[in-house]
Amino acid sequence: MLRGFTSELNSSRLKAGETQLKVDNIQLNFGGLTALLDVSLEVRQSEILAIIGPNGAGKTSLLNCISGLYHPQKGKISFFKSDEKGGATEQEVTRMRPHQIAQLGIARSFQNIELFRHMTVLDNLLSGCHIHMKSGLLASMVYLGAAQREQIKFRQFVEDIIDLLEIEAHRSKTVGSLSYGLQKRVEMGRALAMRPSILLLDEPMAGMNSEEKEDMARFILDINEEHGVTTILIEHDMGVVMDISDRIVVLNFGQKIGEGTPQEVHNNPAVVQAYLGENRVHLPNQLPEN
Amino acid sequence: MISGIFHSRYEDDMALRRTHAQKIRLVILVIAFITFPFFADRYSLTLANQVGIAVIGAIGLNILVGYTGQISLGQGGFMAVGAYAAGLLTLHFGMPWWASTLIACLFTALVGVLFGIPSLRLKGLYLAIATLSAQVIILWVVTHWTAVTGGNDALVVPSPTMFGIKLNKDFNFYWVVWSIALIATLLTVNLFRTRFGRAFIAIRDQDIAASVMGVDLFKYKLLSFAISSFWVGMAGALTAHYRSIVTWERFTVDVSVLYLAMIIIGGLGSVTGSYLGATFMTLLPVLLTNLGRATKDTFPIMETILPFLQQGVFGLVIILFLIFEPEGLNKMWKNAKDYFRLWPFSY
Repeated sequence: MLRGFTSELNSSRLKAGETQLKVDNIQLNFGGLTALLDVSLEVRQSEILAIIGPNGAGKTSLLNCISGLYHPQKGKISFFKSDEKGGATEQEVTRMRPHQIAQLGIARSFQNIELFRHMTVLDNLLSGCHIHMKSGLLASMVYLGAAQREQIKFRQFVEDIIDLLEIEAHRSKTVGSLSYGLQKRVEMGRALAMRPSILLLDEPMAGMNSEEKEDMARFILDINEEHGVTTILIEHDMGVVMDISDRIVVLNFGQKIGEGTPQEVHNNPAVVQAYLGENRVHLPNQLPEN
Repeated sequence: MISGIFHSRYEDDMALRRTHAQKIRLVILVIAFITFPFFADRYSLTLANQVGIAVIGAIGLNILVGYTGQISLGQGGFMAVGAYAAGLLTLHFGMPWWASTLIACLFTALVGVLFGIPSLRLKGLYLAIATLSAQVIILWVVTHWTAVTGGNDALVVPSPTMFGIKLNKDFNFYWVVWSIALIATLLTVNLFRTRFGRAFIAIRDQDIAASVMGVDLFKYKLLSFAISSFWVGMAGALTAHYRSIVTWERFTVDVSVLYLAMIIIGGLGSVTGSYLGATFMTLLPVLLTNLGRATKDTFPIMETILPFLQQGVFGLVIILFLIFEPEGLNKMWKNAKDYFRLWPFSY
């Protein structure tokens, strides 16, 4: 069941279950190498969509296409924005530059942590608010009146994220000095500070122990259930994926081989084959003849 | 027992001076700056003015190199733009010094943006070479565009006056240069408390992540070049008004390297570091000269080797800092403060 919310942390006002992002037959080549081939998928408001697949399947490439770091050679990616009347307007983002896509509210974290290492946790979170701050250059440099009030307002706002992610003790520490697990959490916080309409998480639990994974899964669920943030998640831990995602898309060698609820994907023979290989005993007619 | 500094209002927590010690240090510093010219001799005042100009230039360079991570070897060239623009505007159009300075700064900002365009594609060493070309091109224009700049001849700028007071006297100029340094400091410190400054640091630390957070890399890199060049142009324009003579020899590539040394030794990405580095690098040759004079009776050889000694010590200091304290004087100052805050316990 998907629920829609009007939360501070979520800038999308679409009704739950409406299409929010549509990837339409995209193809991405690096020279002669095809990273993505005819991949289509739909993301709906307030769901957690997991993208799984073996290494090199094109999961991160797909995310990079959505956030504008790569531009697919063929196909179309569209984003749906809510308008005042409650309907949705479609906007194509295929050729847009990363910062323009960010302004639509598509936020992400990276597989290898890409935080601003020399900033404090607070400054990292505040830099996530970049697209929402409005003060002009001269006003900012003088830092009186409205410019100062704006900074205080956002300082208050990021405090909510600090509470949500339980990093109170580390707010004024330099990010580079924090442990790996905490850095992953701060990076998610920075993406949340953008008030995302869609949150893209690239392996948020990679390299964590089971306790840290549990914490992270809980944060992702909190963000989704309390604030209704649509989440696209890449993750290798099948247990976590099966537990928390509403739908799963499976990629293999750049192509989509399966899609559906965790149960459907679990029983999908193509997916099982991609992960476990062919069962040759049951498929004798496919044995090579010699 | 309270085991730290706590604030109950965001205003206090976000203030520039958060503790009593910080406030007291600031008051002492302000008093020292105000009383200094009344006790100092002329020579010390000259040095103070030189340091003031260097501070403004170093803050400018630090915005670009230290905070935004775009290395620049064009400092001398940009200072030349500021100096010549200010000098020519005063000389030919009879502009008051403050108007010519302001326009010169804006013009330098524009030139900075122009030479900053390659920064979108180039990083690190490649950008260093691109900005070095700015230095070379600007100096070439200055020496060859004889009709306007006078070429190799010095440009003589009328003395700046305000309310009938001649400003290029050391005592008077002290107030001008340090007021501007104060303004530059406040504006820069504030800049890095807002989205613009954070975007600059974000570009330095992780430019891809910055663009995904909504920072337009091209726009903000150019903005950094503009703000940086504005203050560098200010340093150049003030040099022109202070010396009343503008020659291209004062803005060679040596100057670019000297300023880079200032911000590396002072501390990259720190306004305090710009102050410390500019002071240190301006006073170091003076100290060495004094040392040479004091010891020339004991070691007569000092007189002949002094110029070489200055060069050597300059290089040695940079190497020692890079090895032992890459974060510069600012970090040493912080370490000292931490030591005394925790004293007598070392943890």
